[in-house]
Amino acid sequence: MNINATLLGQLIAFIVFVWFCMKYVWPPLLAAIEDRQKKIADGLEASVRAEKDLELAQEKATEQLKDAKAQAAEIIEQAKKRANQLVEDETQKGQAEREKIIAQGYTEIEAERNRAKEELRAQVAALAVAGAEQILQREIDANAQNDIVEKLVAEL
Amino acid sequence: MASEITTQEYILHHLTNATMCSTDDGLKFSHGEELHNASNICAEAGFWVWNIDTMAWSIGLGILFLWFFRKVAKSATSGVPTKTQAFVEILVDFVNNNVRDSFHGKNNLIAPLALTIFVWVFLMNLMDLVPVDFLPTAAGQIAHAATGVDPHNVYMKVVPTTDINLTLALALGVFILIIFYSIKIKGVGGFLKELTFQPFNHWAFIPVNFILETVTLLARPFSLALRLFGNLYAGELIFILIATLGVWQLPLHFPWAVFHILVIVLQAFIFMMLTIVYLSLAHEDH
Repeated sequence: MNINATLLGQLIAFIVFVWFCMKYVWPPLLAAIEDRQKKIADGLEASVRAEKDLELAQEKATEQLKDAKAQAAEIIEQAKKRANQLVEDETQKGQAEREKIIAQGYTEIEAERNRAKEELRAQVAALAVAGAEQILQREIDANAQNDIVEKLVAEL
Repeated sequence: MASEITTQEYILHHLTNATMCSTDDGLKFSHGEELHNASNICAEAGFWVWNIDTMAWSIGLGILFLWFFRKVAKSATSGVPTKTQAFVEILVDFVNNNVRDSFHGKNNLIAPLALTIFVWVFLMNLMDLVPVDFLPTAAGQIAHAATGVDPHNVYMKVVPTTDINLTLALALGVFILIIFYSIKIKGVGGFLKELTFQPFNHWAFIPVNFILETVTLLARPFSLALRLFGNLYAGELIFILIATLGVWQLPLHFPWAVFHILVIVLQAFIFMMLTIVYLSLAHEDH
């Protein structure tokens, strides 16, 4: 149990082992550990961020849905209004058309009636003259009694 | 085995290192008869005797540790680790946390140094749990078969940390680093000032301070070396004593081995922790 050259041999072995460990063993192992720690930290952070994002997105989706519903209701309302207006407009237009047609018919009938009256009047005048001519065949001057005839005709 | 030799010889046999030294005839093993009388062939070599078993086991275990860790380090991934990698990472993380808790400077050496000390010392201590007769007997038989020497004259001390040379070498390595970083961080003047103006900050106390601080400084490596050596040597000695009890060793060996599991981990941890603390002190500038 005495001190001998083994001391020096062990000292050298110790130095070599520590050097080897420092150079080739420690750095890659620690790098792997620290790298993984960073990865895990990043992952956790990302998951928190994702959760927040999800919450935000859900909020946004709800809001959009609400907006869409409101818009749809508005559109339906507008469409109903427009449809009502269209129906009303068409009804009015039809009414106007009808009235116009009816008015036209009246005018035409009036015109026809006037024409028929005119014609009738002319024929009656001629008939009256012819009748009077036959009654007063003798020298009644058609011209002298013309004013009477005219008067008769006007009374028709 | 114990039938041919006395208990005292048995214990002595287990506590003797296999030594080698260079003689005029070249590199030689010293054998038992020579060791215990004047004709020991290594007696003249003085300091230049090598405890070949300590060297072989410690370097073998150190290479095993570095080979295994290097293998894992090369294929280390920051993704999902394999079970082996996870195991190694637990150790690395454990050491790293201890270093970060106790050492506040920036130094790339401390953490790998602490890891090497912890794992290496643990592995060497772990050899203590191999039943005391297994490896020495095997070595004796192999040497007998190979060279024909008497197996009783072949020595094999399996636990390297029961050799004061090894623990002192580790402590000296740490001591050199303490001196190196003290001078590097504080400068020669700062280091000397720390040795002479503490704890009494007055010029008249310089000699007293110097003696106190030098004792404090030197106590560090020696306490490191002797603590580890003492614990492991005592533990090994008790294993050997238990092994001499014949059939009674069966109920006794197991509880002592279980208790020793605690000791070997604790001693490795204490050596690592104190190394970190001492180097941390060396980095502190007042």
